[in-house]
Amino acid sequence: MKKFVVLFLALSLAFSFAACAKTAPAEDAADVKGEGVMTYAEYDAAALESEVVVETYVQAKQSWWNDQATLYTQDKDGAYFIYNIACSEEDYAKLNVGTKIKVTGYKAEWAGEVEIIDGTFEILEGEYVAAPVDVTDKLASDELVKFQNQLVSFKGLTVEPANDEGAAFLYNWDGSGAEGTDSDLYFNASVGGNTYTFVIEYYLCGADSDAYKAVQALKVGDKIDMEGFLYWYEGVQPHITAVTAAK
Amino acid sequence: MRRFFKSLALCLMAALMLLPLTACHGSRGLPEFEIPETLDEDRSFEISFWAKNDTNKTQVSIYQKAISDFQALYPNIKVNLRLYTDYSRIYNDVITNIATQTTPNVCISYPDHIATYLSGDNVVAPLDGLFADEKYGLGGTELCYDSPTMDEMIPKFLDECIVNGQHYAIPYMRSTEACYVNKTYLEKLGYELPETLTWDFVWEVAEAAMAKDENGNFRLNGQKVMIPFIYKSTDNMMIQMLYQLGAPYSNAAGEALIFNEHTRDILSTVASHAATGAFSTFKISSYPANFLNAGQCIFAVDSTAGATWMGSYAPLSDISEDKFVDFETVVMPIPQFDTQNPRMISQGPSVCVFNKADPQEVLASWLFAQFLLTDEVQIAYSQTEGYVPVTEKARQNEAYIDYMARAGEDNGLYYDVKLKAAKLLLENTDNTFVTPVYNGSASLRDAAGQLIENTTKSVRRGETVDDAYLDKLFDSVTSLYRLDQSGAAQSVGKAELGPMPTASKALLLSLAGCWLGIGAYGLITLIKKRGKKP
Repeated sequence: MKKFVVLFLALSLAFSFAACAKTAPAEDAADVKGEGVMTYAEYDAAALESEVVVETYVQAKQSWWNDQATLYTQDKDGAYFIYNIACSEEDYAKLNVGTKIKVTGYKAEWAGEVEIIDGTFEILEGEYVAAPVDVTDKLASDELVKFQNQLVSFKGLTVEPANDEGAAFLYNWDGSGAEGTDSDLYFNASVGGNTYTFVIEYYLCGADSDAYKAVQALKVGDKIDMEGFLYWYEGVQPHITAVTAAK
Repeated sequence: MRRFFKSLALCLMAALMLLPLTACHGSRGLPEFEIPETLDEDRSFEISFWAKNDTNKTQVSIYQKAISDFQALYPNIKVNLRLYTDYSRIYNDVITNIATQTTPNVCISYPDHIATYLSGDNVVAPLDGLFADEKYGLGGTELCYDSPTMDEMIPKFLDECIVNGQHYAIPYMRSTEACYVNKTYLEKLGYELPETLTWDFVWEVAEAAMAKDENGNFRLNGQKVMIPFIYKSTDNMMIQMLYQLGAPYSNAAGEALIFNEHTRDILSTVASHAATGAFSTFKISSYPANFLNAGQCIFAVDSTAGATWMGSYAPLSDISEDKFVDFETVVMPIPQFDTQNPRMISQGPSVCVFNKADPQEVLASWLFAQFLLTDEVQIAYSQTEGYVPVTEKARQNEAYIDYMARAGEDNGLYYDVKLKAAKLLLENTDNTFVTPVYNGSASLRDAAGQLIENTTKSVRRGETVDDAYLDKLFDSVTSLYRLDQSGAAQSVGKAELGPMPTASKALLLSLAGCWLGIGAYGLITLIKKRGKKP
């Protein structure tokens, strides 16, 4: 009996690890679209305010509230930011990194951010986890917008003061937030002689996340690598999900 | 020993499972608040203050200074500040905390929200008795600071804090909406600004601004983007248009009267201008200030409390410097239907005091809430935006008079657009109004805005807005905001829960059975152990 219990527990543990492990990027897997579904190129070319139907893969869940979810999603060709899609709390729990979904909604633009709004979705069979694209050398170029909403990485940036007092980061854009108040974190980092602002979106990476804590521990002058989603608000405003010491 | 811990853990788990059930079932509210004779100076109090700021560091500093100054006067009262940047988060957190009787002591609130809080028993402290209290009331004799008397409060703003016939809040700051006009572009189109803006004038100019050149650029600004008329808060837009027309919106009994012919006319007009691209909203496009400052908008309607973001020299901005366009900004009241009888909404934060089991704690909370009405706090906070003080005492203070006389001296403290926005409200206080407050009024307000948002979006998507569309829209908005349920959906913790459901009874009995079984097993094991020889 004891042996059986030990074996059972060992197998359970093994299965748990398998379930927890991050799925390896599957870039080579076929990404065949269903009937009536747009390719990324077709979505990209679609007019604002037009109805769009896409099949895409969840890369991160930002928030769920009042039966609406906001998601960062991507297929092999591009990214789709899904804002306030109709979603029950039960369905939200079913969405994991890599989950394939079919989204029907309207293409819209808000302050430069192209997104799908007023949408509905269904979960499909399939999985794809995007690998981050290094856009460090594109930060200063007009080409950057082509990567809007994608999972990207930035390498070898230097943390710059976020205000005149020399803080490495601010709670909210002007420092009006405080620790423990659901505040976003804003910080500056430079590369190639230009300084850019990066954001830890509280709803995406809360105070308990490694990214939030890593930014709270930043010091001006630190060399860092970052990953995140290339969000847009009146210009690029990356939503950072990982911050590590530069390799 | 390990088995003992297992049993203990099981018991604890069972007890923990029981706790929420007992807490949920038939919970009683707090006793009615009775004003203590005196504040017990020998006791220490720790009170919480949930405050909203406009994501504005200066406003946060003013809260912190107010707390520090208050604590210096009352060393036995410690105030813990929790910061928020939007009202809905405060509202949701308060609702969550009502159930567990862990509401804050003092909280920035809207009367609409207070009406919902009041659906619980004695959740919010009524303030009429406190206002009039000789020692601790407005201008009271035992106060350690110079507070305004009842007569020094702006009556209109104080009246806005009446819910169910009693004051449940004090006004903290007041603002209204303003139309920030790019006068330079307006004149470039061949128009002159009238003394009072009318809706017809705004629509006409907005349409005139839509002309494009052969390259698809707008003739007016030479850019690809131009939204001549952008409204930030479409709930306010609908409410004010209805009030200006004298059309029904709601009544104090909580009836939603918004679905009427006037609303249809307003939505049809909105649709016709959304169709040409002459009109859009914050929710659909972005902040009006971003378009105005980039020369992509002529009429930007936003709160006077957003004035520091408006204009070519706005001290606060979300757009980069290279996008700014130089133009003359004029601050005007929102467009009107009847220029002889202008109407505009009154808005802005109020402060409520939550009731607690300990009346001394409530009194301590009231003392802090009232401190927010002192001249120094009122003047400092009003200067952060186009707010106005809610006391005549602060308005007549020399420091405030001096401040208001210095519009345009710099683009910081004396930023002219901000001061003109404040002046607009000072001059129009008598023209302001608020909507009836009841449990559910917040939902009706949301619904009012949703009508405009949906109509605008639909037109942009090529849908036809006609009677059939509006019928359907009215039905869907009624359903979405549960306006046919007379606020029932909003009720919080007041209703008696009735007899316990059978399933709950069965669960409790089974848990009790488990507990007894565990106890019996432990007892038998103990007896057996004692029976064994060492």
